[in-house]
Amino acid sequence: MADKVHVTTLLNGESVEFLCAPSQTLLECLRDILGLTGAKNGCNDGNCGACSVLLDGRLANSCLVLGAEADGRTVITIEGLADWAGLHPIQQSFVEEDGLQCGCCTPGMIIAAKALLDREPNPSDGRIREWMAGNLCRCTGYETITRAVRRAAAHLNGEGAEG
Amino acid sequence: MNFSYGYRAPDTIAEAVRLLQEGGSGARPLAGGTDLLVQLRHGIRQADLLVDLKRIPELSAVRYDPADGLTLGAAVPCADVADHPDIRAHYPALVDGAGIIGGSAIRQRATVGGNLCNASPSGDAIPPLIVLGAEAEIAGPNGSCRVPVSSFCVGPGLHLLDQGEMLVALHLPIPSPRSGSCYLRFTPRGEMDIAVVGAAAWLQLDESLSYIEDARIALSAVAPVPLVAETAATWLIGRPADSESFAQAGRLAQETARPIGDVRGTLPQRLHLVGVMTRRALQGALRRAKGETIDG
Ligand SMILES: Cc1cc2nc3c(=O)[nH]c(=O)nc-3n(C[C@H](O)[C@H](O)[C@H](O)COP(=O)(O)OP(=O)(O)OC[C@H]3O[C@@H](n4cnc5c(N)ncnc54)[C@H](O)[C@@H]3O)c2cc1C
Ligand code: FES
Ligand code: FES
Repeated sequence: MADKVHVTTLLNGESVEFLCAPSQTLLECLRDILGLTGAKNGCNDGNCGACSVLLDGRLANSCLVLGAEADGRTVITIEGLADWAGLHPIQQSFVEEDGLQCGCCTPGMIIAAKALLDREPNPSDGRIREWMAGNLCRCTGYETITRAVRRAAAHLNGEGAEG
Repeated sequence: MNFSYGYRAPDTIAEAVRLLQEGGSGARPLAGGTDLLVQLRHGIRQADLLVDLKRIPELSAVRYDPADGLTLGAAVPCADVADHPDIRAHYPALVDGAGIIGGSAIRQRATVGGNLCNASPSGDAIPPLIVLGAEAEIAGPNGSCRVPVSSFCVGPGLHLLDQGEMLVALHLPIPSPRSGSCYLRFTPRGEMDIAVVGAAAWLQLDESLSYIEDARIALSAVAPVPLVAETAATWLIGRPADSESFAQAGRLAQETARPIGDVRGTLPQRLHLVGVMTRRALQGALRRAKGETIDG
């Protein structure tokens, strides 16, 4: 058994230290060591996006990142989005547009949407669908998710949400 | 099965080489991990030490020099390759390949170097590197050397690196005038799928922009390694740059291809697709050689 690794990371704005096995994924560290169960284990293979987090601001499947790789990096999970004032505008838009049913894919969808809107404030529907192609949903049929991202974009751009 | 392994993240090439050499056959380089972590989890590959290359500055650097061409660090993520203005301007086939690997999250991690070192016959970045004339810079216990990417893969999942050796960078020559390149693949799904057949083409035109001065074609998923379609490319030299020539090149590429039938496609389907994808990649390369843009 290889020695445990000591990891220091800026997680949702707070400095966090933990010990993990070198082969433990960031997803396992978040869920099993740090108690953050927002990121889901859907496929554990990079195919579904349920485990999406932001690693140094970049969208990543945390099932394909080792916990050890997060050392010295910043990590944002779904738990880091809402604040004392309420839900994040992307979360709010998912509620308003019924962008979820069972909710299993939702944390990943919202993180992926944030990664997109952080770099492209005004994506087309086609671009939203293309960007979110790595995030699978078994319930909604994607239409309301696309709408929720569009609504969130409008919110974040300071436009009154339409409809 | 034992899935536990050690993890080291050296910050110099020399240290990485030392770790890889000392670790023997159990030590493996880790780039984006999008192949390796999945393979380890499923017992397809074994390791007792992963040497993370992402903290070595040279491996994360992209440098374009109009006199010298492109130096692409082995650990640069596909998303950065596909977004890079100089790569977009001068090496469009590489943008095509790096830009369709996985989805947006995978591309933030997956690297072009990892795609090459994984040596899958269907690796989408490999045919573009081949037609763009890329060389692989390798570092090892005995110093460094360069080999053409076209001879890097030696079998499915196998490459020519020895124990202790690693890929440092890919070197792409400056684009010649009146040249263009393109990579296309056929997949049942638009996104998040693996090529049934892929084709990369590079063309250089004469001054009149009507005849082909030089050509290169490489195919994915039709042989145990990414395949150079030498006969088809050579045949094109001196011919008119038109659809008739491209159709004939497609037929010659079909003769070179050695596909198998599997879950992704039957043998006859793959053979048919070799013709179609070769022709279309040549068309794309032609349009770009003439300075047109072909992306949606
Ligand atoms: C959901 C999903 C979708 C995918 N879609 C595609 C696709 O559309 N097209 C495609 O081609 N691939 C696809 N892949 C496969 C994979 O993402 C790519 O092959 C990727 O480019 C691998 O790069 P990496 O940096 O993640 O490599 P790693 O997984 O880090 O490494 C791959 C192999 O190369 C070795 N290696 C890495 N870097 C070096 C180096 N510098 N020197 C020596 N050896 C090295 C590793 O030891 C390992 O054996 C997909 C994977 C997933 C999970
Ligand atoms: S759990 Fe990570 S992509 Fe599915
Ligand atoms: S809401 Fe159930 S999987 Fe998306």
